[in-house]
Amino acid sequence: MMLFLADFSVIRPEPGLLIWTTLIFLLFWGLMGKFAFKPIQNALKEREQDIQNSLDAAKKAKEEISSLQSHNENLLKQAAEERAAILKEAKEAKESIISEARERAKEEAQKIVQAAKIEIEHQKMEMLTNVRNDIGLLSIEIAEKLIHQRLSDKQESLQLTQKLVEEIRFEN
Amino acid sequence: MTGTLAAIGAGLAVIGAGIGIGNIGSKAMEAIARQPEVVGDIRSNMILMAALIEGAALIAIILSIFVK
Amino acid sequence: MSKFVAILKKRYKRIIRMKKFVVPFICLFVIMANTFIVEGAETHTGESENATHNHDECSCHHEEKYDPGASAFHHIADANAFHLFGDYYLPLPCLLYSPGKGFTFLMSNAFDMHHHGSGTKAIDGYVMVHGSVMRVKQEGFPMDGEVEVSCYTEKEAADGKMSYQVVYEEKCYDLDKKTSYDGGIMGGGVTSFYDFGITKNVFTMILAFLILFFLFRKAAVSYITRKGQAPKGVQAVIEPLFEFIRNEVAIPFLGSKYEKYLPYLMSIFFFILGLNLIGQLPFFPGSGNVTGNLSVTLVLAVIAALITNFSGNKHYWQHVFNMPGVPLPIKFILTPVELLGLFIKPMTLMLRLFANITAGHIVIIIFVSLIFIFGQAGENLGGSILGGVMAVPLTLFMMAIELLVAFVQAFVFCILTASYIGAAIEEHHEHH
Repeated sequence: MMLFLADFSVIRPEPGLLIWTTLIFLLFWGLMGKFAFKPIQNALKEREQDIQNSLDAAKKAKEEISSLQSHNENLLKQAAEERAAILKEAKEAKESIISEARERAKEEAQKIVQAAKIEIEHQKMEMLTNVRNDIGLLSIEIAEKLIHQRLSDKQESLQLTQKLVEEIRFEN
Repeated sequence: MTGTLAAIGAGLAVIGAGIGIGNIGSKAMEAIARQPEVVGDIRSNMILMAALIEGAALIAIILSIFVK
Repeated sequence: MSKFVAILKKRYKRIIRMKKFVVPFICLFVIMANTFIVEGAETHTGESENATHNHDECSCHHEEKYDPGASAFHHIADANAFHLFGDYYLPLPCLLYSPGKGFTFLMSNAFDMHHHGSGTKAIDGYVMVHGSVMRVKQEGFPMDGEVEVSCYTEKEAADGKMSYQVVYEEKCYDLDKKTSYDGGIMGGGVTSFYDFGITKNVFTMILAFLILFFLFRKAAVSYITRKGQAPKGVQAVIEPLFEFIRNEVAIPFLGSKYEKYLPYLMSIFFFILGLNLIGQLPFFPGSGNVTGNLSVTLVLAVIAALITNFSGNKHYWQHVFNMPGVPLPIKFILTPVELLGLFIKPMTLMLRLFANITAGHIVIIIFVSLIFIFGQAGENLGGSILGGVMAVPLTLFMMAIELLVAFVQAFVFCILTASYIGAAIEEHHEHH
């Protein structure tokens, strides 16, 4: 115990050590605070903020992507519907066009046939008139010739005329 | 003689602190076993409490040294 | 049988792997222990020099004795010279002040130290005894200039106080220790001189300061230069500790105002941790028992108390002087207790750190002393070897514990300071 008291110098507060410790600790506090702890704390805080921000941004982006996806799906659906509608319409239009065309073609064909018929009738009539005219002329010529030949013989000319008329009748 | 008495006093103080810190340790272990997810909180509180008890014991020991 | 061999082989493999780490440690300890043995044989045996107490006839003769307690106290003490090895000492500047004589400045190697830090010269009445400066207080000694002295002796006064004497020209002169403010309770008191020099502890503190500042500055700079990158090197070592103190100590106890006190808490933690760890080193740049010195812990505790009480708000002081919701008679008991608490809190801070670190150092030295106790101070080789075999694992174990204590005590000082400040700045709460 006595020895403990005699030489246990670490338990005695000494002025020199007190002053130096105060000085060094205050200097340590000041310098480390200013040049080390503050920058580190700021950097760490900034980094935390960055991480938080990027996490938030990632979350937001995810949300956006999911919303975009649903939007896209909607668009696709709409587009598909539209396409189907358009296709349907086109089909209908095509059918109607085709049927219309067919009808018109029919009509046209009928018209053409009608016109052709009328033409044919016309030509037939013309030909008939021509033939009649020709026959008339011929018969007139024949009659002229006969008249020229037979006018001398009355009997004979009568007979002949009769015969000719008969012939023409047969012919007709 | 006083030295011996002081030593006995210091020893008694250490017994008290030992029991106290032992209790803290055992309860902290139980708490950790019960709730392993808050092990960090329990540990720092355990050290804090142990340090406070140790402080009381240290005062007793230092006083026993001062007694002549 | 073959199973047994397999187990042995497996175990042997593990031992080989462990050997990588353990063998160097054991070697280090054996070397250390050996140096201790040599040193002990050379110096400890001759440490206790006895002289007759008669003032006129004083002579130096050695008494073969080894005292592990005294050896431990010597090793943990502050010193005016830094022991390197053998008889070599790092000279430290001594700034000595004696009222009436003024300042004396000298380097500690001027005392020409041999033999366990005792100088062979006296300068202006100052001598170096076992590594610390003392001053002759008895008349008749040449108080100016340099003189050769023979040796130093111990004297036990009638009230049991031990003091040193210097032997000069076969006469004994009483010596004064440096002034200390313990009121004479711990064998000190205000004496004839003051020591304001860079002692071993101050040197260690400056060294720790420089090392820590260098490391932290490097880390802080790399936070700027390596912005946006993962931490690396010093940065990666410091960051977990920094974040641990911030997230486990500062934020839970101080709440939103934590940033104001963060530099202080960090300073206190890393200052104590650095000094603790440097003190763990058993050789030159370490071995300074700084945080195990009451002067140092006193300053740290006083600063903590000042910060706590200066940042205390109205409610804090109300709780001290006039506890709300307590009947008047109890207040007469409670207020003195609370007032006492204001002083007891920093006192426990001071004592806790001091006692833990000092106790750790003493226990390690006592374990190493086993070598001399069993070896009878270097006379019994077999005993020395037995002591060494016992001392090495015990010291290894103790040093591992001390490494833990270094962190725990720094953490505890920090967390308790934070809790005191937190209680002082806490916003109003109804009652508790």
